[in-house]
Amino acid sequence: MSKIVRFCADMLYPAIVIFGLYVIMHGHITPGGGFQGGAVVATAAALIIVAYSYEEIQGMLSKFLLQIQESAGLVMFAGVALIAIGLGTTFFYNYLANSGLLFGMSVPFGPNPGELNTGGFLPLMNIAVGIEVWGGLAIVILYLLSGIPKEGT
Amino acid sequence: MLWNLPYIVVVLLAIIGLATILLKRNLIKIFLGVSILTSAVNLFIIVLGYRENSIAPIYTYAPSLNMALPTPQALCLTSIVIGVATSALMLSFAVIIHRYYGTVNVDEIRELKE
Amino acid sequence: MIADVIVSNLPAFLVAVPLLAAFLCPLVGRISPNIRAAWVFAAMALTAAIAYCLAYLVYTGGTVIYVFGATAADLSIPLDSGGIPIRIMFTVDPMSALMEIIAVTVGLGVIIYSLSSDERRSGLENYYTIFLLLISAVLGMVSTGDIFNFFVFLEISSLATAGLVAYRVEKGLAVEAGLKYLMVSTIAGIFFLFAIGILYGQYNALNMAIIAERIQWTPLDKIALVLIVASLAAKCGSVPMHFWTPDAYMMAPAAVTAMLVVASQASLYGLFRFVFTVYGVSLNYVTMGWVVIILGILSMVVGVTMAIPQKDIKRLMAYHAVSQTGYMLLGVGVGLAVLGDQFLLNSYGYTAMEGGIFHIMNHALYKGLLFLTAGAIIYRIGTGDLNRMGGLGHKMKFTMVFFIIGALAIAGIPPFNGFASKFLIYESVYQFNPILAVIAMVVSILTLASFVKVFHAVFMGPPREEHAQVREVPLPMLGAMAFLAILVIVSGLFPGIFVTNLIEPAVHALTDQAGYMTIVLGGG
Repeated sequence: MSKIVRFCADMLYPAIVIFGLYVIMHGHITPGGGFQGGAVVATAAALIIVAYSYEEIQGMLSKFLLQIQESAGLVMFAGVALIAIGLGTTFFYNYLANSGLLFGMSVPFGPNPGELNTGGFLPLMNIAVGIEVWGGLAIVILYLLSGIPKEGT
Repeated sequence: MLWNLPYIVVVLLAIIGLATILLKRNLIKIFLGVSILTSAVNLFIIVLGYRENSIAPIYTYAPSLNMALPTPQALCLTSIVIGVATSALMLSFAVIIHRYYGTVNVDEIRELKE
Repeated sequence: MIADVIVSNLPAFLVAVPLLAAFLCPLVGRISPNIRAAWVFAAMALTAAIAYCLAYLVYTGGTVIYVFGATAADLSIPLDSGGIPIRIMFTVDPMSALMEIIAVTVGLGVIIYSLSSDERRSGLENYYTIFLLLISAVLGMVSTGDIFNFFVFLEISSLATAGLVAYRVEKGLAVEAGLKYLMVSTIAGIFFLFAIGILYGQYNALNMAIIAERIQWTPLDKIALVLIVASLAAKCGSVPMHFWTPDAYMMAPAAVTAMLVVASQASLYGLFRFVFTVYGVSLNYVTMGWVVIILGILSMVVGVTMAIPQKDIKRLMAYHAVSQTGYMLLGVGVGLAVLGDQFLLNSYGYTAMEGGIFHIMNHALYKGLLFLTAGAIIYRIGTGDLNRMGGLGHKMKFTMVFFIIGALAIAGIPPFNGFASKFLIYESVYQFNPILAVIAMVVSILTLASFVKVFHAVFMGPPREEHAQVREVPLPMLGAMAFLAILVIVSGLFPGIFVTNLIEPAVHALTDQAGYMTIVLGGG
């Protein structure tokens, strides 16, 4: 692609990533969540693959790193849920809600702009899913676009 | 009549999706048909949770009106995620089939007939 | 203390262990292939141990329920929920426990076999990830008590199966088979979701027990039932939606094919679970029973007649798998057709269902064994074409013995387990309708004829020159086949033990809709 497109893609890349991370982080109080935010971040990868070409991109996005990210997200998701068993309750019990610890504040009553420090382990789950979807969808896009021949050939 | 409009849209979408799957010969178009059919069922589930004049299901300090059901929205989200995975797998199959057979026409993808 | 925690959380571990092991598999595989093999085997063995413990609990202490995200595992109705179960719930009754035993037993044999037969293939880390994902999806499908949760596991199993079928690209042929399977299962999944929407819209619940309590048999319920039966019958490979079966079974690696048999039986379980537990006597059971019986008879006849002219060993066995699915549908269908009549149910309905359900178990064992022997033959001579085989009995004696055991079992020859279940089906179906029993016997004879032909083509005759280098397959593969073969013989020699201890409680759990509802809704 032309230099203008590449420059715009470079400019947009951090903005898209930050917006995706915002959607992941605020998943429990605003519309969106782990999957949506992860998908937004993965579109950033799609953007630079389209702006550059598959060969040029290989130095920038490491498949191995993305794969580790995918596994790590899934393990974190299952791990957070498994801790509940250790506490004497069942799988997926929300042990952080209203506990006063991390994300443990009770939801304030009445109209409010949304308190980030609530939701129990739901934000942790959102982060885990976000990490996983980011890695997973980026790998999918990378593999799907790897079949496209280089420009001009 | 107007109350049933979403269901009519669901049926229309489902018919369009099924017709695309059954009548088109191009693999990519068939996948589009599957996506339309998935959208139809997602819309159907979302519509089930809607109540007239309802508000978003947020409980603090809510006015005493009907709330839209949150469960169908969760179901629909799950179904969308599954749809993403399915279409990714289908498209990658199409890429590989095009690489080996040189075509995406389903009439020509018939190597497995005995 | 720790033992108590583990025991009370067994249903969660049943799905969580293979899932976690699957996600960690690509990372563990980076260290070394041997560690990955040990990891996969350990995960499978642990899953099997959990499933056996859980099955023991269920068979001795009755149905186990497990509520995700509650403060206690059996708290199905929380105090603030207004008297209905609101959380996702696993309901493991004897029928589910039986399916779990079958899945992990075959899965264990298949994993041992696969670790040896696929040793030198590439891309193994993702292969075993998908494999363990498939196993956890099957276990989830047979354990869950929530219809949407069932859909999610159904879709996971579809995606995992399609991925496994297409994994060895084989010049695009395997991808074509995988694509066929994926199209059928995706569209089936979408219609299943429509049915879930219809049920949810009417009864405002997703839990099987609460829907069973509220169900009215309205016209919408009939539409939902048609969608459910059609989609799950397509997924389990019954005629007339069987066309994906031969392609997928033929092109998948042998170990995957044996696991595919189990995955399709989980769909069959779902069909039975919906018809018996969710709808129960409220549906028009005579009509529905006959629908299932006709599906079964069609599958039996079409499957076996299509099998006879096949030239590829795995394709031939795949058509026999369609045909054997027909026996299960026939046996359970006869039970369904007399569901409301306690006298007929006692005189032959239960026996027919025992035959059908016992056949699920036997089919998984001997069909798994047969596919593994076919895989062993292909592993050594590199082709599945029957015309290019012959005289292998000289070189592969053990494989031949295992093939004979599997072939006699599928043809229903005593003392192998196929005979035990088919005999139960014959004697009960004969009382219901003699013509059906005669058809079942004729199909059995045709099956025997077909396998005699295969046996002769593969193992008999003088040794061929191009097979001079052929040796017996490695020890782990033989061990896996021996494991299944021993189970085939044991369950054939002592069918009474299996029927009384495993099958009868499963059948009674399946037909006892009121008991199912009481356990889920009455406790709390």
